[in-house]
Amino acid sequence: MKVLLTGNEAIARGAYEFGVAVAAAYPGTPSTEILENIAQYREIKSQWSPNEKVAMEVAVGASIAGARTLAAMKHVGVNVAADPLFTLSYSGVNGGLVLVSADDPGMHSSQNEQDNRYYAKFAKIPMFEPSDSQEAKDFVGLSLDVSEAYDVPVLLRSTTRISHSKTLVELNAASERLVKSYVKDIKKNVMIPGHARLKRLHLEERYKKLQEYSETTPVNRVEWADKKVGVITSGIAYQYVKEAMPDASILKLGFTWPLPDKMILDFASRVETLYVIEENEPYLEEHIKALGVVATGKDIFPITGELSARIIERAIGGETHLPGQLAENVPMRPPVLCPGCPHRAVFYVLKQLKLHVTGDIGCYTLGALSPLDSMDTTICMGASIPMALGFEKAHPELAEKTVAVIGDSTFIHSGITGLIDIVYNHGTSTVLILDNSTTAMTGHQENPSTGKTLQKDPTTQVDMEALCRAVGVKRVFTVDPFAMDELKELIKREVATREPSVIIAKRPCALIVKHEAPLLTILHDNCVGCKMCMRVGCPAISHGNKKSTINAALCIGCGVCAQVCKFSAIVGDIPLTPIS
Amino acid sequence: MKTHNILLVGVGGQGTILASKILAEVATMQGHDVKMSEIHGMAQRGGSVVTQVRMGEKVYSPLIEEGDADNIVAFEKLEALRYVHYLREGGSIVVNDQQIDPMTVITGAHVYPPEVMEKLQERASDVLVIDALQLAREVGSIRAVNVVLLGALARKMDITKESWLEAIRRTVPAKFLALNLQAFEAGYSG
Ligand SMILES: Cc1ncc(C[n+]2csc(CCOP(=O)(O)OP(=O)(O)O)c2C)c(N)n1
Repeated sequence: MKVLLTGNEAIARGAYEFGVAVAAAYPGTPSTEILENIAQYREIKSQWSPNEKVAMEVAVGASIAGARTLAAMKHVGVNVAADPLFTLSYSGVNGGLVLVSADDPGMHSSQNEQDNRYYAKFAKIPMFEPSDSQEAKDFVGLSLDVSEAYDVPVLLRSTTRISHSKTLVELNAASERLVKSYVKDIKKNVMIPGHARLKRLHLEERYKKLQEYSETTPVNRVEWADKKVGVITSGIAYQYVKEAMPDASILKLGFTWPLPDKMILDFASRVETLYVIEENEPYLEEHIKALGVVATGKDIFPITGELSARIIERAIGGETHLPGQLAENVPMRPPVLCPGCPHRAVFYVLKQLKLHVTGDIGCYTLGALSPLDSMDTTICMGASIPMALGFEKAHPELAEKTVAVIGDSTFIHSGITGLIDIVYNHGTSTVLILDNSTTAMTGHQENPSTGKTLQKDPTTQVDMEALCRAVGVKRVFTVDPFAMDELKELIKREVATREPSVIIAKRPCALIVKHEAPLLTILHDNCVGCKMCMRVGCPAISHGNKKSTINAALCIGCGVCAQVCKFSAIVGDIPLTPIS
Repeated sequence: MKTHNILLVGVGGQGTILASKILAEVATMQGHDVKMSEIHGMAQRGGSVVTQVRMGEKVYSPLIEEGDADNIVAFEKLEALRYVHYLREGGSIVVNDQQIDPMTVITGAHVYPPEVMEKLQERASDVLVIDALQLAREVGSIRAVNVVLLGALARKMDITKESWLEAIRRTVPAKFLALNLQAFEAGYSG
């Protein structure tokens, strides 16, 4: 039976069909749905981990203990997990291990556009690149087989258009989920220099064997057509090539580390003009050109952003217009903090206090945009806290003008070590943990601070206050962000205190709590049209004819605008429930 | 069969995800190759959202190129204008007559473009404007805007009404089925 599945659903299905017994991940677009879908197969032990390194290490443990294992993350997550990955390449596996990296060309929802294919080459681990959901599923099986046959972790590299496009997939029955037995083997699994040096030599032998695999695997194949034009391609780019160049011969590579040199040289010798077409970096091209092959690649195809059939047609000389050239010039529609979002109140207060904000990654990063304009920096997950310390070390006087802002999931992911650094190195920074009881940005996943697992089963909840105290922060406070005056006074006092402090602004995400909709309305007699309420940047409020109005379909009655209005023009039953 | 391209555009939170599920279902039921691509990372945060559905004998790229959409369904007027250049010559566009101000307009950095419908008429020969919000309200819930719009799209496509109803039955939870069947009917009969 064929069904339409996204690449991520297909990878989850692959895990089910090909005997994966343990799966771990930390969420991140476009990879998140892989574990969310694996979670429906109760026969697989699956979990969210606090971060990608931990997820990878759980997978490493499960693999060495004998289980077929999958770890999934977005491209930047692999940076976090790189440490175990590089050395696992030395020790190898017991049960097959597949690491799924979902890259994001075009940066639909990412802070950078790194091309993780280089990780395969760098860590010396084999790599598969699927071109559609069917391959995404099949390649999970191949990855596990290769992993076990060559004693190596395998990278399965997806991209946004693979992970988030639905294409038809043939479903099969699940094979048996056999977990091999564990055998202690310190030469293999204890990577001290003496053992690692031996393994290092083995890596090069393994490379040669994997090259043989690459030459013979059916996922590296030639589709012969007109030999005037040949194309070497992989991943989603293959689909665009099929569409844009229906007459070209194609060397389609599904296994892209190590590359099949003989196959490439043979293909190149049989076509008149050769193109290498791949999204983002010239990963294939560099290798192919180093073989002495003459080919056209990034000199005409863009290195940034996503490809498309049209972009390829244009690059090879078709008369098509520039993408976007015919578009109407209309206002952008950037994402915004939702009506009732607890983050809004915090950023409004930070703006009032004119503080520098070292920020982090999550929904609250939207606080950087107008009209809240209250974030100075965002680099990567967890960076907010150490960066505040860095600000203070560079300019001691900035300590009283700077706060770090970080979400609950991000704090658990990699914020806590930064907080320890503040305590350890005599910092005095103020850290705001925006605890909305969920990992909102990536679609509301549970995390260790929410008290629920991936499967929504109850579990021990991290006590944030106790955690901060335990690392040595004496000044720890929890506040309801909707109590804006209290929040403001607290932040003012704590930035002025020459000691580290943590303020936990606690209020669940507006999308995870049911609201009785106690709406707010604007009394038009009181409204003087000052537009103060517009400064909170709530999508439910609009202004016209010198008066503001509240859209009843969107308002959830958080009361932030009412607290900002100086003329008591916004009234209603404000649901300021006490915080627990 | 030539590949048929449908673009669904709207604002996060408008229910485009259910609409695209139904659309994908009805497309697969026709026995064609189908690809559907969705950028939904920001779906719940009021950003602009796009779903692309392609069906045909063999579909390679999941992306619809500019000037190649046979149908566009716009859940909001400004989004219709943002994507109208994706419509092919002779293609048709269904537009929900609803205005949702983006934050750039709310803050006063930009103005919501006036005369959107007139501009659409200039760029497309077949523009079907419908007040889906009102029709949805009449059948019982403003949340059914998405299926009302599919009803309107169905008027412009060569797929039997029975197929559409069956796709809705397969996709929508039983609790909301009656509402959604009515919503489809409302959009279909105009
Ligand atoms: C290393 C890394 N992993 C994952 C992500 C994807 N990601 C961005 S923000 C975020 C979590 C945000 O959750 P939280 O800190 O609780 O803030 P919220 O969105 O709930 O406000 C994740 C997982 C990322 N950007 N970088």
